[in-house]
Amino acid sequence: MSAAQPVIGVLALQGDVREHLVALAECDVLARPVRRAEELAEVHGLVLPGGESTTMSRLLATFELLDPLRARLAEGMPAYGSCAGMILLANKVLDGRPDQHQLGALNVVVRRNAFGRQVDSFEADLDFTGIEGDPVHAVFIRAPWVESADTGVEVLATVPDTPAAGEAAGRIVAVRQGPVLATAFHPELTGDGRVHRLFVQTVRAA
Amino acid sequence: MSSVSKGPTVTTAETSTATSDQRPEAPGATPVTGTARVKRGMAEMLKGGVIMDVVTPEQAKIAEDAGAVAVMALERVPADIRAQGGVARMSDPDLIDGIIEAVSIPVMAKARIGHFVEAQVLQALGVDYIDESEVLTPADYTNHIDKWQFTVPFVCGATNLGEALRRITEGAAMIRSKGEAGTGDVSNATTHMRKIRAEIRRLQTMSHDELYVAAKELQAPYELVAEVAELGKLPVVLFTAGGIATPADAAMMMQLGAEGVFVGSGIFKSGDPAKRAEAIVKATTFYDDPDVIAKVSRGLGEAMVGINVDEIPEPHRLAERGW
Repeated sequence: MSAAQPVIGVLALQGDVREHLVALAECDVLARPVRRAEELAEVHGLVLPGGESTTMSRLLATFELLDPLRARLAEGMPAYGSCAGMILLANKVLDGRPDQHQLGALNVVVRRNAFGRQVDSFEADLDFTGIEGDPVHAVFIRAPWVESADTGVEVLATVPDTPAAGEAAGRIVAVRQGPVLATAFHPELTGDGRVHRLFVQTVRAA
Repeated sequence: MSSVSKGPTVTTAETSTATSDQRPEAPGATPVTGTARVKRGMAEMLKGGVIMDVVTPEQAKIAEDAGAVAVMALERVPADIRAQGGVARMSDPDLIDGIIEAVSIPVMAKARIGHFVEAQVLQALGVDYIDESEVLTPADYTNHIDKWQFTVPFVCGATNLGEALRRITEGAAMIRSKGEAGTGDVSNATTHMRKIRAEIRRLQTMSHDELYVAAKELQAPYELVAEVAELGKLPVVLFTAGGIATPADAAMMMQLGAEGVFVGSGIFKSGDPAKRAEAIVKATTFYDDPDVIAKVSRGLGEAMVGINVDEIPEPHRLAERGW
């Protein structure tokens, strides 16, 4: 990717699209919402935001974005998914709906709502491979985790292995496979642009 | 409810010293639940979506199948509460359990204004959001629930900016414009949304010293008023509700600045709920594309039979409840 300002789309069918657009705009890229196949064709990379994965999955199919998006991902378009975005990118989802569509861009099995219901949603600091300096402050909202990852998938962050973490201790919550990045948490909600900058680097390098 | 939380627990002084677990306690790594950020963040994830009133697990499934981002569990939809009268209360826990079991999307439920024990019960049942709602009969005509005391987040209704800011001050993590529930008449939804948005725009034009008086007039804390003036929006997500019955209603409310839509009686009081529900979801996503709205508006069958808000005597208007 050689353009000085890459165009990065945010899938805008539903979810916290605005927060991702704001985070990307601070990375010196052109950030745009994507709801149509024509808009998808114009971006160099795509963010799949947080939201309801079942709703987004359904709207992807209804508005004929599913096949074009799978094709772009197969061609190696960089993508970043947070929370619901991670679920959509995965090969397989547990505790989802049987008719939920998977984009199959990450060789992982993801468990939906793995940490529990909204009362179990939490914030914690995580060490994140590839991000220097302070730990990343992670916000988990009815979040998934990665149940298992194939070889070739790089694990970037796990829930700290502390007694307080309970069953969640050590669970995988950030992964990368080639140009595809995913987090179970929402860096777009904290104003910490480092995860978005990491993704933008991938887009620039592609 | 049988499901057991698999999430992390907040460490207290007792639990951390009483355990024989030798793993290190990293500062900052201790998970914290129930923060303003996770409460407000949950609503951010619902944006651009439709939340549908349901009274049975079957209806909840239809809503989820149609692409709802969440369902609102209640005993009677507002149109029936209006028709049947009597005191409207929190739903039966069995019914809420049944709906939680039936769907994988978030489940919200309504508590009466000021009824903090109904809210405690709903939190114990594991609902994902509580609507402290004027659609039910208020339990306290002076005080709303102190929503900061809860781990579960709350959404509250508002007819104007001052009311929205008072609810946020009490801990609401999401606001919906009230409209007039159970009517199928969208006129109050537009009035309330326009009012909230206009009052926000007015704050943005004010000089710093004028905001003190604005706070007094809005009967809201100065800090919150100053924050809204700075952001140009509420510090929490703003949905619309009350009288939305068609895809075009939903799209209009989105164009007026709603970040998402609650549909109450409009779906399950219509001729073909599944089809109408799906059409409203699509129109909410493509709210600014008349071609899509036209396409999804075809062949939906009967819309709910409406009641003009003007014909409802003022004491029977739900939007007047709450202050």
